[in-house]
Amino acid sequence: MLTLFIQQVLNGLLDGVYYLLIALGLSLIFSLGGIVNLAHGAFYAIGAYLTIVLAPHIGFGGAIVASPLLVALIGVVIERGLFRHFYRRDPILSLLLTFGLAMVAEQSLRMIFGAPPLSFSIPPALRGQLFIGDFIYSRYRALLILIAAACVLGLWFLLQRTAFGRVVRAGVQNPDMVGALGISLQPYMMAVAALGIGLAGLAGVLLAPIYSIHPAMGQEIITPAFVVVVIGGLGSFWGVVVAALMVGLVKGVTIGLGYPQWSTAVIYLMMLLVLLFRPRGLFGERIQRFE
Amino acid sequence: MTGIIKGISRRQALAGAGAAAATGLVTSPSIILAQTPETLRFGHLTPRTGFLGPLGEYGVMAVDLAVEEINAAGGVNGRKLEALKEDSVNPQTASTKAERMIERDKVACIIGEISSASALTIAQVAGRTKTLFVNTGANSDALRGESCNRYMFHVEHQNSMYVKSCGRSLLAQGLVKGKKWFSLTADYAFGHDLLKVAKRFMEANGGQFAADKLVPTDATDFSALLLEIRAAKPDLVVSNLAGNQITNFLKQYSEFGLTFPVAGFGFDTALAWAAGKDNFGGTWPCVWHHLIDTPSTKAFVAAFTKKYGKPPENQAWGDYMAVKIMAQSMNELKSTETPKILEHWEKGAKFDVMKPRQGYFRASDHQLISEMYTITALPPAQVKNQWDLFTSSAPVPGPDENMEVIATSGDEAVCKMS
Repeated sequence: MLTLFIQQVLNGLLDGVYYLLIALGLSLIFSLGGIVNLAHGAFYAIGAYLTIVLAPHIGFGGAIVASPLLVALIGVVIERGLFRHFYRRDPILSLLLTFGLAMVAEQSLRMIFGAPPLSFSIPPALRGQLFIGDFIYSRYRALLILIAAACVLGLWFLLQRTAFGRVVRAGVQNPDMVGALGISLQPYMMAVAALGIGLAGLAGVLLAPIYSIHPAMGQEIITPAFVVVVIGGLGSFWGVVVAALMVGLVKGVTIGLGYPQWSTAVIYLMMLLVLLFRPRGLFGERIQRFE
Repeated sequence: MTGIIKGISRRQALAGAGAAAATGLVTSPSIILAQTPETLRFGHLTPRTGFLGPLGEYGVMAVDLAVEEINAAGGVNGRKLEALKEDSVNPQTASTKAERMIERDKVACIIGEISSASALTIAQVAGRTKTLFVNTGANSDALRGESCNRYMFHVEHQNSMYVKSCGRSLLAQGLVKGKKWFSLTADYAFGHDLLKVAKRFMEANGGQFAADKLVPTDATDFSALLLEIRAAKPDLVVSNLAGNQITNFLKQYSEFGLTFPVAGFGFDTALAWAAGKDNFGGTWPCVWHHLIDTPSTKAFVAAFTKKYGKPPENQAWGDYMAVKIMAQSMNELKSTETPKILEHWEKGAKFDVMKPRQGYFRASDHQLISEMYTITALPPAQVKNQWDLFTSSAPVPGPDENMEVIATSGDEAVCKMS
């Protein structure tokens, strides 16, 4: 029993990684632009549907590269055409914008692909299981986690160790000062939107073989992803990473203790507690202009 | 440089996000349309979003097809039939919309629904306003038992019928007596009701639970439960899941390579199609499927496929059947009055339900009585196209049996019509 419990804890931790790609993008776009992107889940869904369209022609491997890039491209168009006008406006307006965008995207998927779920399976080469002692894990998920971890590290490097990241971080803290120093934040905003939205697209590709693919799939993932961002603290890179793992862990423990029916409720409970005691989130940085 | 942000507080942003999340319901403005002498309008309510949405869409497609066919054949008593279709969303919204359709739009009746919880609230409105409600997709026995209602009829078959027909196959495969079941149940009205019925069947036939777990309806990841199943080493994994849950479960069960036999007591063909041939497995009950060998099934499949480019699934059958039965009865009676239709059905009028034997509504609980099927997944190598993923049993019950043997009897579900 104890070993099964440990398996559940481990599985839960890994489970949290699935939210990570979505949550990091959400956090990034909010920190820099102040836009709470309710349409983020829609980009995840678009990523999954693009995989179904592209994989028969360029293979799953090709789709892993191509479909996040296409989604990022959509992100650029949306940033240039829409987000840009809302950075300085009342946040309620950008909420309405992205809420509307999410509905338009979902309905478009419904009109193009139909409401019934579509099928997509793990490519035969990636099927199979890994056994670590008593612990069983799917080979495909192991690959998924490696890709997600690589993305997290890559993103961290980009934000912390490059000139690009320094400007973005400065922009998060004080955009006017960055402007005063003669740096235009516009291309950075565009890059960050493309990056964040592209990551959502990547999550869509990676989860398409194991989850049901239907037009409303974005809604399923956006709420837990928001929970992760809120728990981790807006603007905190590692906060989001830790919160994603915590959410997975708490879910795993709840199921391990024999209460799967509480496994979704418990993460909202956790968010409630965090908001009560640390409204800024566990690792939320103090961002001057948001106070 | 255009400065980026000014004066947005985290508190404002969070409050806004919460408000937006709470606004989950956005209704489309509908135009007030009362009945006219030329058209006869009925209401169609079914979930078109959420975890049952994909199934609801089949219902909507089927209603459109049925209305088109009925109007092409002269309509209802010379009037053109028209469907007022809306997303039922959740139990509260379903009842509000039902009320509006009845009181403002003066619909002749309401057809549809898949969620047992929403069907109950619609039935309450139907009972209060004395309007006919034909349930096309909600399975719970309680709707035919303690919550039954003079104005509610059920084209969808009840949980007991699903359990007893699939149960026959399980008994034949030796998967019940002395065997341990691991059951996964959708944590809402339908799942709870199905679990109760499944448990009754299992215990009556000498089986027992290795474990029985409730799963939230919005759960997408089953990996943790798959680990539990693997550790419990059951003789049979039983799904009392619903909607997208079933697809997610099937995909991940195959992903984790578990080999315990799988069976389910609630099922929709669309979920198997969504899982695909590599992932679909097990034994499942079906109220109707597109491979049934009867002329009316063949005609329906051909018409549906021609219109939508894919075969209909069982939810399409339910909504199509309900509209057809309603129109046929109104034409036969030359009336659209609820009391007359109700009496006609309670007297045991027979209908072609696309199966070998005709169906009828049982007067005691308004359940449509007709044959069921059990389908078994084909090995991937034997699958020829993306639709025909399974083989079917002969109709259950057999040709010489009373069709009511699989339905609830005695104290299994007691209906007192008010």
